[in-house]
Amino acid sequence: MIRMSTRHILLGLLATGPSHGYDLKRRHDERFPQARPLAYGQVYTTLQRLVRDGLAEVDGTDSDGGPERTTYRATDEGTRELARWAGEIAPPAPFVANEIFAKVVVAILSGGDPDGYLSAQRAAHMGRMRELTAVKAAKGADLATVLSADYALNHLDADLRWMNTTAARLTTLTAEVDAT
Amino acid sequence: MSRPVPLLTAGGLTKAHGRTTALRGASVELHTGEILAVTGASGSGKSTLLHCLAGIVRPDAGSVTYDGRRLEGLPEKRLSELRRTEFGVVFQFGQLIPELTVLDNVALPLLLAGTDRAGARARAGQWLERFGVRGQEDLRPGELSGGQAQRAALARALVTGPRVVFADEPTGALDSLAGEQVMTALIHTARESGTAVLLITHDAQVAAYADREVRLRDGAVAALGVKA
Repeated sequence: MIRMSTRHILLGLLATGPSHGYDLKRRHDERFPQARPLAYGQVYTTLQRLVRDGLAEVDGTDSDGGPERTTYRATDEGTRELARWAGEIAPPAPFVANEIFAKVVVAILSGGDPDGYLSAQRAAHMGRMRELTAVKAAKGADLATVLSADYALNHLDADLRWMNTTAARLTTLTAEVDAT
Repeated sequence: MSRPVPLLTAGGLTKAHGRTTALRGASVELHTGEILAVTGASGSGKSTLLHCLAGIVRPDAGSVTYDGRRLEGLPEKRLSELRRTEFGVVFQFGQLIPELTVLDNVALPLLLAGTDRAGARARAGQWLERFGVRGQEDLRPGELSGGQAQRAALARALVTGPRVVFADEPTGALDSLAGEQVMTALIHTARESGTAVLLITHDAQVAAYADREVRLRDGAVAALGVKA
C-alpha cells in the first residue's frame, strides 16, 4: 500500500480546477490505483484543514441534479505550497531494518534454514511480480497503472537481487554470524 | 484430472564443454502455450539447457522429447527440419543477417521452407507490422535501433508459426523501455497464437512475464515457481 501526503495529493487534483469531495475521491482512486482508496471522511476532513490553513477555499456549490455539494479550489498560497512539496526531495529510505534481512540473520543465529527461507520468499516475490506485470502488460493499461506497477516492480526486484546475492553469500555469512 | 502431456520434456540432461560441466541432470517440462522462464546466475547452465532443448547441441546424457519424439534419436537432417518448422529462436543480439534487408531477413525462414518469394515477403511484412516495425522493411539491420532489431528478430522467429519459441536473453542488450516493448510484443503474440515460449533470462522483471519459473543452480533445477 502506498502512503502519501493526502493534503498534497488533493491540492494536486484541485490544480486542474474547482472540484467537490466526491469527485476528488473518485479521481484519486483512479489516478493511484495501487494506493488505498480514500475514505470520504478523510477527504472532507482534509479539505477542511486545507481551508483552515488558507491553502484551499470554498468555490461555491454544485447540485448537478442531485444533493447540493460544496466545491473547493486551491488558493494562490495552496498553489505555491503544492509547487514547494512537488519539488522537495524525498529522503532516501534507510531500508536497513528490513524484515527479510532480519529473518535471514535470525535463521542463521537459531540454526534455521536461511536458504530455504530465501527460496520461499523469492518465490513469493516472483508471484507478486508476475501479478503486477500482468496488470501492466494488459492491453489498454493506462499510464497511472503502468507507473504504479513499475514502481512496485522495481522495489520487489531490488529485494530479489539482494536475496539472490545473499543466497550466494550464505556460506560466508553463516561462518561470520557463528563466530560472533 | 490427469496432467496434460508436456510438449517438450528434458530429463536428466548432462552436458560438458571441455572440462566444464554446464548441466548436471537438469530436468524441465514445457507445455503447449506455456511461457516458462529459466533463470539463474551466469554459468548456471541456462543457455546450454536451451541449446539442448532446441536440438542445437546434443546432451552427453539424458533425453529431450518433443511432441512424443526423442530428439537424440533423430538424424541431423530431421532435427534441422524440426528446428526450421516447429521451433523459433531469438538470441540476445537478434543475429539478423546484416547484408539482407529487414524484410528479407524475416522472409528467409519461409523461403527456406519453400514458400514463393512474393508470398514470403508479404507474410514477413505482416509480421513486422505486428511487431511494430513499420516503414523500415527496406533498411539493413544495422540501421535499426536495438529494440527494433530485436522485434524484427522476433518476427523472424514467429513467421513460420512455430509451436515453441526459444528466447535467450532477448532483452539483455536493451534499455528497460525497449526491453519492455520487446517482451510485451512477444508475450501478446505468443498468447494469441498459443505458442510456447522458453525464456532464458537473468532479469527478474523479464522472468515476471512468464507463467512459471525454473531456476538453475550449478547445472540443475533449484526451485520450481508456482504459477501465480
